[in-house]
Amino acid sequence: MAEMKVDLCGIELDNPVIAASGTFGYGYEFAQLYDINILGTFSFKGTTKDARFGNPTPRIAECPAGMLNAVGLQNPGVDRVISEELPRLAECFDKKVMANVSGFCVDDYVYTCARLDECEQVGWLEVNVSCPNVHGGGMSFGTSAKSAAEVAAAVKAVASKPVIVKLSPNVTDIVSIARACEDAGADGISLINTLLGMRIDLAKRRPVLANKTGGFSGGAIFPVAVRMVYQVANAVKIPVVGMGGVSTAEDVVEMMLAGASAVEVGAANLVDPFACKQIIEDLPGVMKKYNINSLKEIIGGCR
Amino acid sequence: MKQGIFTITGNTPLTKTVCKMTLEGDTSAITAAGQFVNIKIDGLYLRRPISVCDLNGSTLTLVYKVVGKGTETMSRMKAGDTLDILTGLGNGYDLSVCGEAPLLVGGGVGVPPLYLLAKRLIAKGKEVKVILGFNSAEEVFFEDEFKALGVDVTVTTVDGSRGVKGFVTDAFKGGFGYVYTCGPEAMLKAVYDKCGCGGQFSFEERMGCGFGACMGCSCRTLYGNKRICKDGPVLVKEEIIWQK
Repeated sequence: MAEMKVDLCGIELDNPVIAASGTFGYGYEFAQLYDINILGTFSFKGTTKDARFGNPTPRIAECPAGMLNAVGLQNPGVDRVISEELPRLAECFDKKVMANVSGFCVDDYVYTCARLDECEQVGWLEVNVSCPNVHGGGMSFGTSAKSAAEVAAAVKAVASKPVIVKLSPNVTDIVSIARACEDAGADGISLINTLLGMRIDLAKRRPVLANKTGGFSGGAIFPVAVRMVYQVANAVKIPVVGMGGVSTAEDVVEMMLAGASAVEVGAANLVDPFACKQIIEDLPGVMKKYNINSLKEIIGGCR
Repeated sequence: MKQGIFTITGNTPLTKTVCKMTLEGDTSAITAAGQFVNIKIDGLYLRRPISVCDLNGSTLTLVYKVVGKGTETMSRMKAGDTLDILTGLGNGYDLSVCGEAPLLVGGGVGVPPLYLLAKRLIAKGKEVKVILGFNSAEEVFFEDEFKALGVDVTVTTVDGSRGVKGFVTDAFKGGFGYVYTCGPEAMLKAVYDKCGCGGQFSFEERMGCGFGACMGCSCRTLYGNKRICKDGPVLVKEEIIWQK
């Protein structure tokens, strides 16, 4: 019997598959398609203190083996997430959900995290210091070890739930940023957010995206993600959640061998709404093929 | 929404750039005219959204314009080839609010979804009028198909090479109490300004998922933020905010 259970910051997951923030809404679009309780968990849409419409459209662009998005953290704001989205989620999801939080100043992060920390349904706070599509916030916190650690420490001071800091790959040395977050008290690290990219419309001679640049995700970024997960997992003692281009059960195993304790699946959900379900169904077969009895045993197993 | 594998039964050009594809598969998720499907195409990452033109049991008809790599690949596919398609996406047109004499206004590749709409309105006993707008005679398609439904069809062309010279709104003659429209945004705006009645307007936007998960195609309306793919593509006249 293939043992798929893993531990993430003291909470047991039935399997390591976590649908990634921004690709899974607040869950119920997918709950209409399959029982989302089969997931390890999911990280809900990036939530901010105040409601945000996000960036102008077009926000999406096709890329080789991937896509750009510049949604810009559209969300109803933390008050409505708590009063409307979480009650609706409770009807279709029994497990602890990961609350993804973004902000434009340290106080924003603290406020939003403190509010969501009080919610029974929330198991973890995933603190996004890496959104490439907003200005004056998001990624600017995640591009220096000092400011990332500042956010991590401030959130930790108000949170009772595990705090996982989601890092940007758009940096020169992700390891030093991960270490600074660990030193600041973070309970886990998740990586990678999207890679900053751009496409140009040849006929219009203008960027395809209204925001000009966007975050690159999809299968194409998988090798970059594996490399960064490997580097960070070898440098910190706290759990690492690996993500970036994961599309198959084999990709999940590869991420775990690189050092991930759990694995987020992002853009794949948008192309195939059943992607996470398929991955979870395929995992036992892949484990058997590679003689894996328990997924816990392979974390960081790449020699 | 359903995911299914469809088998192509026909794929023929209607004009230099517009093709008609017929497919067989499980169409049970398609509930309204004006909905769309989202098609996985080999070698491309994102699915391609195409409006439903017609539906007969398990036969799905898509009429699409070749504008990029996705539709180019589709145009080269042959009978017997298969496609992975998400069906039953979007809200579609509401037929219950149009009175007895609705006007259907289509522009270019906005014409196809009005075909199934016309059929369904006729089945409800409505007196349907149709205006189809194109740039020139060589771009005209589906005029005969609409005429075969027995509806009053007016074609307009910008250069006057066929039908009424000018835009779709130049063919407005009154006698309608409601509009259903689909086409380029500039045309939708002109119809909005000149129709003088209520209506439903189908919008287009670049989409990520097509089923409401990614927030890639959001727009502002007077009824709050909406996702074109899930809460649209059809918006009612009273809620539209023109931004571009």
